Amino acid sequence: MSLLTNLNSPIGKKLVTGITGLGLTIFVLMHMIGNLSMFSGDDAYNEYAHFLASLGPLLYAVEAGLVLFFLAHAVNGVKIWMGKRKARPQGYAVYKSAGGPSMQSSSSRSMIITGIILLVFTVFHLISFKFGSGGPGNADAAYLTTIDGVEMRDLAKLVREKFALPWYTIGYTAIMLLLVTHLRHGIWSALQSLGAMRPSLSPAVYTIGGLLGLGIGLGFIVMPLALFFGWL
Amino acid sequence: MANSMNITLKVWRQAGPDVKGGFETYQVPDANAHMSFLELLDVLNEQLIKEGNDPVEFDHDCREGICGSCGVVIDGVAHGPQKRTACCQLHMRHYRDGDTIVIEPWRAEGFPIIKDLVVDRSAFDRIIASGGYISANTGAAQDANSLPIAKADADLAMDYATCIGCGACVAACPNASASLFTAAKIAQLSLLPQGDPERKTRVKSMVDQMAEEGFGDCSNHAECEAVCPKGISISSISRMRREYVKAMTD
Repeated sequence: MSLLTNLNSPIGKKLVTGITGLGLTIFVLMHMIGNLSMFSGDDAYNEYAHFLASLGPLLYAVEAGLVLFFLAHAVNGVKIWMGKRKARPQGYAVYKSAGGPSMQSSSSRSMIITGIILLVFTVFHLISFKFGSGGPGNADAAYLTTIDGVEMRDLAKLVREKFALPWYTIGYTAIMLLLVTHLRHGIWSALQSLGAMRPSLSPAVYTIGGLLGLGIGLGFIVMPLALFFGWL
Repeated sequence: MANSMNITLKVWRQAGPDVKGGFETYQVPDANAHMSFLELLDVLNEQLIKEGNDPVEFDHDCREGICGSCGVVIDGVAHGPQKRTACCQLHMRHYRDGDTIVIEPWRAEGFPIIKDLVVDRSAFDRIIASGGYISANTGAAQDANSLPIAKADADLAMDYATCIGCGACVAACPNASASLFTAAKIAQLSLLPQGDPERKTRVKSMVDQMAEEGFGDCSNHAECEAVCPKGISISSISRMRREYVKAMTD
């Protein structure tokens, strides 16, 4: 069996989607925890960002992995969605979920939409922050700060500027709520895709997955809102 | 009669496989709360025949919920509103006088419509033929007792073996995936020693055949389990995936 053929099979696609999905969940969880360093002050936030940037080759390796995970996750998601249209060319006049053990929800049905929005957002987000003022290829002396004698990027300043804008803060909050929606079905679904589910654990895992998704989303939202309302 | 009902049916009519179909509305004034859903269709067909019209084609056989022949989508739910029930065992007492019911065939590329509500489910036979069997000679009845199998495994294998191949899982799946049907057989045989010789080739062949037949991919909506007349758990799909990974890494 060639590995590539296997990964393109109905089960292979689920394995790739599940593994990359869990990887990306761990990434957003770490990212969210990192963001919370803003609550310890701008210096703590800048030092954390500087620490990541100073990892050099290790950071590039992680970034390359993330790009690969994002793309593999998105490509498979789109493939599964396109396959669905091919597998049922004519839809039902009336269609309802039977409820009960069904996990079908607004979350599970909208994975393709929330997923595409999140992917577009990620590109926009990288342009705003990583490659924004003071970032790589966008050197700006106004976005430098010196902490304990070390000169580093003043990312906190950029973050404060962005989240002073109402449309930016509202848009960011809305997209993080879409992330919650995506993770509500996604975390449980990834574990089921990897064959890691026992029927007795399924409802508990679904609840824990949903709560983890909610926690990640709220964790992302709380800092921008605190900045916007001037609590921070 | 107290139990008599007047039911309006919107039924999908399609003269043949490649003909355009559409809904027809019929009144069944002689429906009765004691009828099964298929008996309601029988009454409708008597009416149509008397009027000189073509009766509605629908599949059925045992009408006891165990053969897997019947199956239509009733008001958007495969086999209708009652859990763990094939539509032959759904009774009109779950409806009220004056109700309108929409009936459609299973809709999937892998289940082409033959006529009206009848679809061609031979794709399922081909999936089974590709690997859903054992080559071990299981001997006569007494030989079964010489091969001890843990009760928990035997019970679970039996749960997966209850699949009647009706196709409701495909019909209800938003992606028209046949994962539950395929997984039920793979999971059943993976739990028993008799299934061992073909263990690795089975999962690969059956999964390939499932894709070949034009069924979609699973998105873990679990809608299949909710409509399955036998309540087969999607844990079978988990198990199929584990079997696949084992076969892959071999």
